[in-house]
Amino acid sequence: MIVHVGVEFTVKPLHATLRTMNVTETQAGLNGNAIHADQVSRHYQMGGATIRAVDQISLDVRAGEFLALLGASGSGKSTLLNLIAGLDRPTSGAIFAQGRDLARMSSEDLAKHRNHTIGIVFQSFQLLPRMTLEENVELPLRLAEIPRAERPGRVREALDRVGLAARVKHRPAELSGGEQQRAAIARALVNQPMILLADEPTGNLDSKTGDEIMHLIAGIHRPASGPGRTIIMVTHERALAEQYADRIVTLSDGTIAREESLR
Amino acid sequence: MKLGDLTELAARNLREAILRNSLTTLGIAVGVASLVALLSLGVGLQQLVDRSVARAGLFDTVSVRPRQSTPFGQPGGGRRNPRDAAADLVPPRVLDDAARKEIAALPNVLEVNPEERFTAEARLDPNSQLVMVAGMPASSQNSGALDGLSGNFFSGPDAEEVIVQGDMAKRLLNEGQPPASLLGKEITLRFAQRQALPPPSQQAASDAPNQAVGPDEEAMGFSIVPSEKKFRVVGVTPSSDSGGGPVGFNNAGMYLPLAVAEKLQVVQQADLREMSRSGAAEGMRYAALNVRASSPAAVAQIEASIAHMGFAAFSLIDVTRNLRTFFAIFDLFLGIFGSLALAVASLGIINTLVMAILERRREIGVLKALGAADRDVRQLFFAEAGVMGLAGGVFGVLLGWGIGRAIQFATAVYLGRQGMNSPNIWSVPLWLVLGAVAFAVVISLASGIYPASRAAKLDPVEALRYE
Repeated sequence: MIVHVGVEFTVKPLHATLRTMNVTETQAGLNGNAIHADQVSRHYQMGGATIRAVDQISLDVRAGEFLALLGASGSGKSTLLNLIAGLDRPTSGAIFAQGRDLARMSSEDLAKHRNHTIGIVFQSFQLLPRMTLEENVELPLRLAEIPRAERPGRVREALDRVGLAARVKHRPAELSGGEQQRAAIARALVNQPMILLADEPTGNLDSKTGDEIMHLIAGIHRPASGPGRTIIMVTHERALAEQYADRIVTLSDGTIAREESLR
Repeated sequence: MKLGDLTELAARNLREAILRNSLTTLGIAVGVASLVALLSLGVGLQQLVDRSVARAGLFDTVSVRPRQSTPFGQPGGGRRNPRDAAADLVPPRVLDDAARKEIAALPNVLEVNPEERFTAEARLDPNSQLVMVAGMPASSQNSGALDGLSGNFFSGPDAEEVIVQGDMAKRLLNEGQPPASLLGKEITLRFAQRQALPPPSQQAASDAPNQAVGPDEEAMGFSIVPSEKKFRVVGVTPSSDSGGGPVGFNNAGMYLPLAVAEKLQVVQQADLREMSRSGAAEGMRYAALNVRASSPAAVAQIEASIAHMGFAAFSLIDVTRNLRTFFAIFDLFLGIFGSLALAVASLGIINTLVMAILERRREIGVLKALGAADRDVRQLFFAEAGVMGLAGGVFGVLLGWGIGRAIQFATAVYLGRQGMNSPNIWSVPLWLVLGAVAFAVVISLASGIYPASRAAKLDPVEALRYE
């Protein structure tokens, strides 16, 4: 049985928040959505021209769903992922994560959202090269002010889960690309977020290593035991999306071109 | 992020660019060192002057004299307390035993001693010199007035012993002899002694040698006769060219125990003045009294009380106050010059941290993606600036201490070659150490404001794209 941790928010404070924000419960995703995007746009001004990276997108991601955002380069999928991650703010529209509108959050609350609610995996791993694996994985725990005594156990557990328990003292440069991505996944999961965002997680890996990483992500989505997680993965490889995702949303020129439910 | 994590990450980041950060820290250290070296010199010089002034009794001594009647056409005349015009309205009084007791009973007065000073001829065959002789109270032994004394202090209050000032010792000795060779020798002092005149009825019958004037006989008048007495030299003070010897109120060429000087009944200027006045009071009268206060802070109050008793009181408290003002300004200027180097060092911190932002742009992006708030990033850069400031401050204090020691050593060598004593012109008090380190940290944190705020404002999406 899959337990959708994405719906484990407290209803009372949420109602209070909704009243002040003048939004409906449906918008906030009380019907089981981990993410609800409502007419979200992200426009940039480049000289005199307006670049519509994301334009009027509305999207629901169910708690526990594996969603693949597919599209060509420049279609707006990474921008949408950044908006969901709270790394960027929409020009207009609203994005609700666990019922809270990211567009209205303070930068402090957005930081907490990135630390607690989501974990991010990047195409280029983004491990800090001067730190060992365990130090890299410990970073989100430091930012979350987890007690020092509790950290080593959680770091070991996260690295053990991705099969890198023996490499804790190694620096990223001493690892293969696949190992680095696994370490990045461990770092993304160490704070036990409800949603894992992956931006081209296999983009820098050969196909065999890419398969291993996708296997790992699939295992995080639906683990053999314990709670699963909502996964939103950006990719331009349709085959990969079809193999692992529950649903594929194809973006084109900043808008949703097609939605396909696979499972 | 918690302070421990911040500090740990800051220290780790600083270690990663060890050369650049060490050079920046060295810059701060040089700034702090120049500040510490200059201020320690200022503090040392102030302490040197304070010691000299304290040794002279300028801080805790009030000189009391009878207020004279209009000597220069001034009402009230004589030395007056310039701060208290109301004291001039009190009628002048005779400075006698009753007044001495009254003054001694004032609060915060430690002792009241008569000022015994007279000119005498000192003879050590074949040389002789006119010399100012002063009576020295027993308390002078521990007051620091005789720092650097060769030999000993008087063996007792009635000992017929003399302490000779170094310059005077040189003049009495043959050329080439060190002043200390005077120790143990006997010096003959020739002086003008008061001798009581017997009452007119006895005057004709008496051919006996005159006797010293006692209080009861004072009203009968006295004659002045030359007198001689031998004293054994027990101590020699440092000569003036080596920066030693008592100065101030009690400066003289030779010192006798105060009680011995009193017993000599040497003619004082006040005796002649009293003789010329009609209706002069009976009993022992003093030309001047030296009043020692329990602390410099009590001097002003004692001075005012004595002025209100009808005497002229004088202290150098105002002079020393000006001296302190001078040193406060002197230290301020030294501090400003010392801070200039620290200001230059602060530019180094800004430069280093701005460079670090450029180099670590992607790392900042990662931190933000992992949940670091702007505040965390700002604090991290602040902590790095603070750690550099703390390390630079501590190292700078040590460096400044070393420079100060070197200056002290060089000064000692130079003065030694000139045949002079080497006073301590350098001092690093605890407040200077703590203040300098705190100042370095504050300057560093201030320098970190701009880079830290710039780092905090970095757009994480842009930062993550940075290669």
